[in-house]
Amino acid sequence: MVTRKSIIGKPDMLLIILYLFLVGFGWFSIFSASAQDSGVSLFDFSQRYGKQLVWIALSLFLAFSVLLIDSKFFSTYAYLFYGLMIIVLIGVLLFGSTVAGSRSWFQFGGFAIQPAEFAKFATALALAKYLDSRNTDLRKFNSKFWVAVIIFLPSALILLQNDTGSALVYFAFFLVLFREGLSGWFIFLGFLFGLLFILTIVFGELYITAILIAIVTLMLLFRKKIRKNWKPVIAGLIITIGFIFTVHFAFHKVLEPHQRVRIQVLLGLKKDPLGAGYNVNQSKIAIGSGGFTGKGYFKGMLTRNHFVPEQSTDFIFSTIGEERGFIGSTVLILAFLALLIRIIILAERQRSAFARIYGYGVASILFFHFAINIAMTVGFAPVVGIPLPFFSYGGSSLWAFTILLFIFVKQDASRLSVL
Amino acid sequence: MYKKDFSNRKYFVIGLFVLIVILFVVRLYYLQVVNNKYKLSARNIALRTVTEYPARGRIYDRNNNLLVYNDAVYDLMVIPRQVKKIDTLKFCQLLGITPAIFKKQMKKAKHYSYYKPSIFLKQLSKKDKGPIGELMYEFPGFYFQTRLLRHYPKPIAAHLLGSVGEVNNRDLKKDSYYKQGDYIGKSGIEKFYEKELRGKKGSSIVEVDVHNRVIDKFQGGRFDTLAIPGEDIKLSLDSRLQSFGQKLMRNKIGSIVAIEPATGEILAMITSPSYNPNLLVGRKRSANYVKLLHDSLKPLMNRAVIGTYPPGSTFKLVNALIALQNKVITPNTSFTCQGPDSKPIACSHYHISPLKLEDAIALSCNSYFWKTYKKILNNPHFKNSHEAYADWYKKVSSFGFGHRFKTDIPFERAGNIPSENYFNHLYRGSWNALTIRSLSIGQGEILVTPVQLANLSAILANRGYYITPHFLIHASRSDSLSVKVNKKYNVDVENPNYYKTVIDAMEKVFDNKEGTARFYFMKDITQAGKTGTVQNPHGKDHSIFIAFAPVDHPRIAIAVVVENAGFGSTWAAPIASLMIEKYLTGHIKRKALEKRIEDGDLIHNK
Repeated sequence: MVTRKSIIGKPDMLLIILYLFLVGFGWFSIFSASAQDSGVSLFDFSQRYGKQLVWIALSLFLAFSVLLIDSKFFSTYAYLFYGLMIIVLIGVLLFGSTVAGSRSWFQFGGFAIQPAEFAKFATALALAKYLDSRNTDLRKFNSKFWVAVIIFLPSALILLQNDTGSALVYFAFFLVLFREGLSGWFIFLGFLFGLLFILTIVFGELYITAILIAIVTLMLLFRKKIRKNWKPVIAGLIITIGFIFTVHFAFHKVLEPHQRVRIQVLLGLKKDPLGAGYNVNQSKIAIGSGGFTGKGYFKGMLTRNHFVPEQSTDFIFSTIGEERGFIGSTVLILAFLALLIRIIILAERQRSAFARIYGYGVASILFFHFAINIAMTVGFAPVVGIPLPFFSYGGSSLWAFTILLFIFVKQDASRLSVL
Repeated sequence: MYKKDFSNRKYFVIGLFVLIVILFVVRLYYLQVVNNKYKLSARNIALRTVTEYPARGRIYDRNNNLLVYNDAVYDLMVIPRQVKKIDTLKFCQLLGITPAIFKKQMKKAKHYSYYKPSIFLKQLSKKDKGPIGELMYEFPGFYFQTRLLRHYPKPIAAHLLGSVGEVNNRDLKKDSYYKQGDYIGKSGIEKFYEKELRGKKGSSIVEVDVHNRVIDKFQGGRFDTLAIPGEDIKLSLDSRLQSFGQKLMRNKIGSIVAIEPATGEILAMITSPSYNPNLLVGRKRSANYVKLLHDSLKPLMNRAVIGTYPPGSTFKLVNALIALQNKVITPNTSFTCQGPDSKPIACSHYHISPLKLEDAIALSCNSYFWKTYKKILNNPHFKNSHEAYADWYKKVSSFGFGHRFKTDIPFERAGNIPSENYFNHLYRGSWNALTIRSLSIGQGEILVTPVQLANLSAILANRGYYITPHFLIHASRSDSLSVKVNKKYNVDVENPNYYKTVIDAMEKVFDNKEGTARFYFMKDITQAGKTGTVQNPHGKDHSIFIAFAPVDHPRIAIAVVVENAGFGSTWAAPIASLMIEKYLTGHIKRKALEKRIEDGDLIHNK
C-alpha cells in the first residue's frame, strides 16, 4: 500500500513554515490596510481581506495538490507548460481586458486572472529543462541564443501588455545562468551598462560620449598594449556609444511619460511630491513614522487612511513599516532572507540538475520581487508595479508564487528517488 | 552537457542576498529610527487640529433686553474632487447666481485644492440658504458650514457696542491666543470686554484620510479640549431710552449722555449722526466701513466721548460752587451787569439787574460770573492770582474735567482745562483774571466732552461726588469685574448748602417765569438744569443743556449737545427734558414737543 507520506515524500518543513508565516503575516497586513472601522467581518468577501482569505485557502489547496503530483511530471512536461503559457500570453494580448493601463488580465465575471504571474514558473521549468539537457553548453552561441529565447519571449509578450514590472522580472534568470556557468563578464557588463544608463540620463548622452572618446583616445596614445589591440577597443567604443544613444532614444521616445518621470524622480532629477514622487514619498513617510517599534496593529494613521496608494498590493510593506516599526520590518526582511537562503541550500543538495536549476529559478524570481518591491517602498528603485511575494493582495500572484515554490518543495521532497 | 562545477558560485548568490538585505535594514534604520522628519510629516499629513469656536458672549441692556447676539450664517463649502454630475443650471438658479460666477468660484476652489474644502459662497443668510438647503443631496461635494456673526436686534448704540472683525497682524503679534482668521472685538464694548466675551477656543485632534475626511478622534480624543462659551455681559444701557434718544437726535449733529447718578451707570449714550451696527457685520463690513468713513457728517465718530466743546454757561455752576467753597461770594452776593465794571463780559440778553447768585444762575448773567471769577483769582487768601488759579484748576479737575475716566467708555478724550503753566507760557508770565476772563463763562481754552458734562450733572445730583461713568453691570462669570470701572470720587466742594443754592437756581431754570428752560417745565417731575450757548468759530452756536431729575432723589443726570443749533434753550433743553420724561415715566405726554424735536432738521435746511 502506498502511504500518503510516500507520495508526498519528505517536504522541507522549514520552507513550509516560512511560507505559512509570510502568507499569514501578509493577510494580517492586508486586513489592517483594507478594513474600515465600521463593520468588520472576516468573511466579508466584498472586502480585500475577505477575498484574500479565499485566495489563501485556494493556495493551500494548490500547494497540497502540487505535492501530490509526481515530481517527474514537471520536468517531463516543462516545455508543454511553457508552450501553453506562451499561447495564453498571446491570447491575453488579443482578448484580455485592461486594468490600470495594462492589458494583462482575463476576466471571468467578477474575478480576474493575470497570466503573466503564472508564466514565471513555466519559464523557470523550461529553462531548467533546457539547461539540463546534454547538448546545452552555455559557452556556445547556440545555447546562449536558445536560453535568451526562452527567457525573453514571455518577457517581450508581457512588455507588450504594458506590464513593465513583470517583464523586468525575467532578468532575474541571469542569476540562474550565472550559477550554471555563464561567464561573470555578463554580470559585470550588465552592471557596467546599467551604470552607463544612469549616467546617460543624469548627464546627457553628449557629455558621456565625449568623455568616453577622450578616455579611449588617451589610452590609445599612452598605452602600447592597448594600441596594439586597437581593433576590439574601437569596436567596444562604437558599441558603447551606440548603447548610449539607444538609451537616450529609448528614455525619451520609447518610455511612457510616467515611467520616464518615475526614473527621473528616483535619480533626484525631478521633484514631484504630488505626482510621480507621490507614492514613494507617502510610503517613505508611512514607514519612517513607524519608528523603532511601530504604531501598533490597526494604528497606522497613514496606511489605514489611504495616504499610501496601492496600499494592500505593491505598497503593502509600508503598512508593516508604519504599524510594526523597525523591528517588524526587519523580522519580515530576515524571513525573506531565510527563505531565499534555504532555497539555495536545498537547490545545492539536489541530485538532479533540473531540480537545482529550477530551485535557483525560484530563488531568483522571489529575490527580484522582494528586492525591487522593498527598494521601491523605501525609495531605492523606481515604482515598477510588482508585488511582494506571498504578501501583497491578489489571487493570481499568490497562486503563482505558491505553485512556483511548491514545485520546488516537491522536487526536494522526492530528491532521494532521483537516480 | 558541459559539466564543470560552478557550485562555489552559490556563495556569490547568497552574498548578493545578504548584501541587499543589509542595505534594506540600514535604510530602514535610517528612515525609522534615525530620521525624525518622517514622523513629523506623518502628523502633518494624517492629523488635523480642528478648532472649536465658542459662541461669543451676548450683550444685554439693564432690563435684560438683548442688544447683541450671535446669528448663524452659512458658508457654502465645496470640495472639488467630490463634485460629480450636478445640474449646474439648477444649482445656480437655487442660489441666485450666474453660471459665470459658478465657473469662477469653482476655478478658484480647484486652484486652492482639489481635495480640501474651500469657501464657494460666503455668509449666506438663512433666507439665501432656504431654497437649496433641502436639495443639497443633489449636489455632492457641496455642504454648508455654519458661522456665527454678531447681530443687533435694534439698530442702536453702534459706537459704544463696537464691532467684531478678523484679527490683523498686530493682534496676532500681541496675543498668541489668536490665529489667522479668528475674530476679535475691534472697538467699543466688544474690544474692552474681549477677554470675557470671546470665551475659550477648544480644539480636537482628528485623524483624516487622504481625501481630508475626518476618520476618527486621534487616540480617542486624549488631547482634546472643550470650547468654553463667552461670558454674557449686562450693560447699564437702557435700550428704550437709547433708541428714543436716537430718534430725537435724528437729523441733528450732537450727542446725549444720560447717567444714573447714584451708580455712575450710563443709561444712554447717543451720538448723531449714527449708523446701523448691522452694517459692520459680515460680507459687506469693509465696503460699508469705507462708505461711513468718507461720509462728510462723520457718522463713525462718537461725539459723546470724542467731541470736545467749551461748556459755555453750564460751567457757571462749577465756578459758582468753587466761589462759594472759597468763600469769595455768598449766596447773597449780588452784582450788576451794568456799568463799566461789567464791560469785559457783557450780558447777551436783557434781564433785571443786579442779581443774587441764584437768579444769576437761572438767568445766566455773564457779568455776574465774570465778577465772581475775578474774586476767585484775586482771593487774598492766596499769594497771587497765579496761585489762586492753581487752586481753581485743582478744584475744576476734581469735577472730572480735563482727564479721562478710564473706564469701559470707548475712545474717550480728556478734554482740556488750561494749566497755569500754559498761561505762563502763552503770556510770558504776565496774566491775570482779565486776561483769562473767558473761563468765567466756560469759553476760551476750556474743552469738555458730553460725557464729562453729564458727569457734572451727576455730581450736582449727588451733591458733591461722582462714580466714574461706565457701562458694565456685570459679566456672567466675573461678578466683580465692574469694580474696575466703578470708582467713587469726591469733589473738592463738599458743603451741601452750596449745592442747595446752585440746585435751587437750576430748578428755577425750569420753574421761574424768566428761566431759560421754562417751556419744558413738568408738573409731576421736578427738574434741575442749566442751559449753555456756546460760541464757536465754525458757524452757529452750539446748544448745550445739562439737567437731572427728580431734584430730591435724582435718578437720571443728563447732558445734551446739539451742534450749531443756536440757543441752549431751543434744542438741547427740550431734548434733555423729553429724555427725563421718557426715562422716569416710560412714555411721553408732551406729544407736540416730541414731534417738533423729532421733525427738527438741523442738517439739511440750515
